[in-house]
Amino acid sequence: MLGNLVVIIISMVLVNNYPLAQFLGICPFLGVSKDLDSAKGMGWAVVFVMVVATAATWPLQQVLNHFGIGYLQTVVFILVIAFLVQLIEMFMKKSMPALYTALGVYLPLITTNCTVLGVCISNIDNNYGYIESLVNAFGAGLGYLFGMLLMAGVRTKLVDEENFPSPFRGFPIVLVTAAIMSLGFMGFSGMFS
Amino acid sequence: MSSFLIPVILVVAIGFVAAAVLAFASKVFAIEVDQTQVDIRAVLPGANCGGCGFAGCDDYASALASDHTTPCTRCVVGGAAVAEQIANILGVSAGAEEKEVAVVMCNGTSAAAKKLADYEDFKTCKAAKSICGGNKICQYGCLGLGDCNAACQFDAIHVRDGVAWVDRSKCTSCGACVRACPNHLIRLAPEKNLVFVRCSNKDKARDAMQACKNACIGCKKCENTCKFDAVHVTDNLSFIDPAKCKNCGMCEKVCPTGNIINMRLVMKAAKDKKEGKVVPPAPKQEPAQQSAQA
Repeated sequence: MLGNLVVIIISMVLVNNYPLAQFLGICPFLGVSKDLDSAKGMGWAVVFVMVVATAATWPLQQVLNHFGIGYLQTVVFILVIAFLVQLIEMFMKKSMPALYTALGVYLPLITTNCTVLGVCISNIDNNYGYIESLVNAFGAGLGYLFGMLLMAGVRTKLVDEENFPSPFRGFPIVLVTAAIMSLGFMGFSGMFS
Repeated sequence: MSSFLIPVILVVAIGFVAAAVLAFASKVFAIEVDQTQVDIRAVLPGANCGGCGFAGCDDYASALASDHTTPCTRCVVGGAAVAEQIANILGVSAGAEEKEVAVVMCNGTSAAAKKLADYEDFKTCKAAKSICGGNKICQYGCLGLGDCNAACQFDAIHVRDGVAWVDRSKCTSCGACVRACPNHLIRLAPEKNLVFVRCSNKDKARDAMQACKNACIGCKKCENTCKFDAVHVTDNLSFIDPAKCKNCGMCEKVCPTGNIINMRLVMKAAKDKKEGKVVPPAPKQEPAQQSAQA
């Protein structure tokens, strides 16, 4: 059982890394990776929201299945995730101002992020149990954080744009960087059969 | 029937519960927020694009409300309209910087500056500049053909007696004349600075004097007189640092050639005459001496 959970985490961080191997959550991956600090904040916020969202949506799926309306998954999940994140943001603002200043500003950005919805749906598709789902979500979040940190680290070295031909300056070179990093992560595929 | 009702009722119920909980939570978890921040946030587009360099519109609004040095022009989605609204809320003008006016760094009037030749071609400074560097011996000075005047949208700069003269009350510091002048004689300086050097000649004293009677000869009298370390002579040319100058006018008094101007005296003279029009001061030389030379 424990070994299985470790495999899930490693597979989500390296093999099925969300931004770099499954191409989910590309928008904040490119947008918030300009410096290491905001990448770190965003990454931890994603970890947090993913775990919370999974904790809520997995039981909800059982309810939907009970009524035989599993096809409403997407709509209901989006509704519930957005609601939860909003609630958590309010709660954090009131009772944990320090944590709010570190994470909270990124929360509105990920309420309807595809990585969060993606991890909830992949939990259901893989027929994971409750514990496995939570670990899977945590691993996916860690993978996202890992990808963000790598990207931000590389991007801080890209500041001197004079070295690039003018068509590559700005986002194009970032996309090229992401593609090369993604190739690296493709090397992990097939690690677990 | 039931196969259609159950999903609808379920989703609507979830929606209502969520809405009710959020409404309740917003009361329970309500915290004191700066009203300015709320107002600014209402003005911002809410795209959360991060284009301002902050993590979303909320973060930018809070930065604006708490730290007044944050520039209110950062929102790329809203552009100038939003910047203006933010500025209104914060009670500052969008360009809160110190007012500046254009200053012409030449006093080579037709009486003072010697002519190189009579120039009869296109009446623009750029054209004159392309032929032997202009119509005056001084290669640095005002060409006096009014490119700055043509560029000015506000009727604030005119050529008087061969040299451009700025009407400080009309100048909006748009910088059009600065870009128009082929000799780069015009710069923007803080309006509070009233004493400045009106010469750009970097030649040595003898050459400068031969070219123009009002030229700076780099004698350093002004530099030695200044008590505030504001005046310095580099490359045979005096320059008054606007940040250090206190408008005392001592440098103007000691200057032997009359390239330094004290606008305070000029404005006072205009006030005394009750004409209200600020015009360039008379040449520094004694009238008798001037007629003898003529």
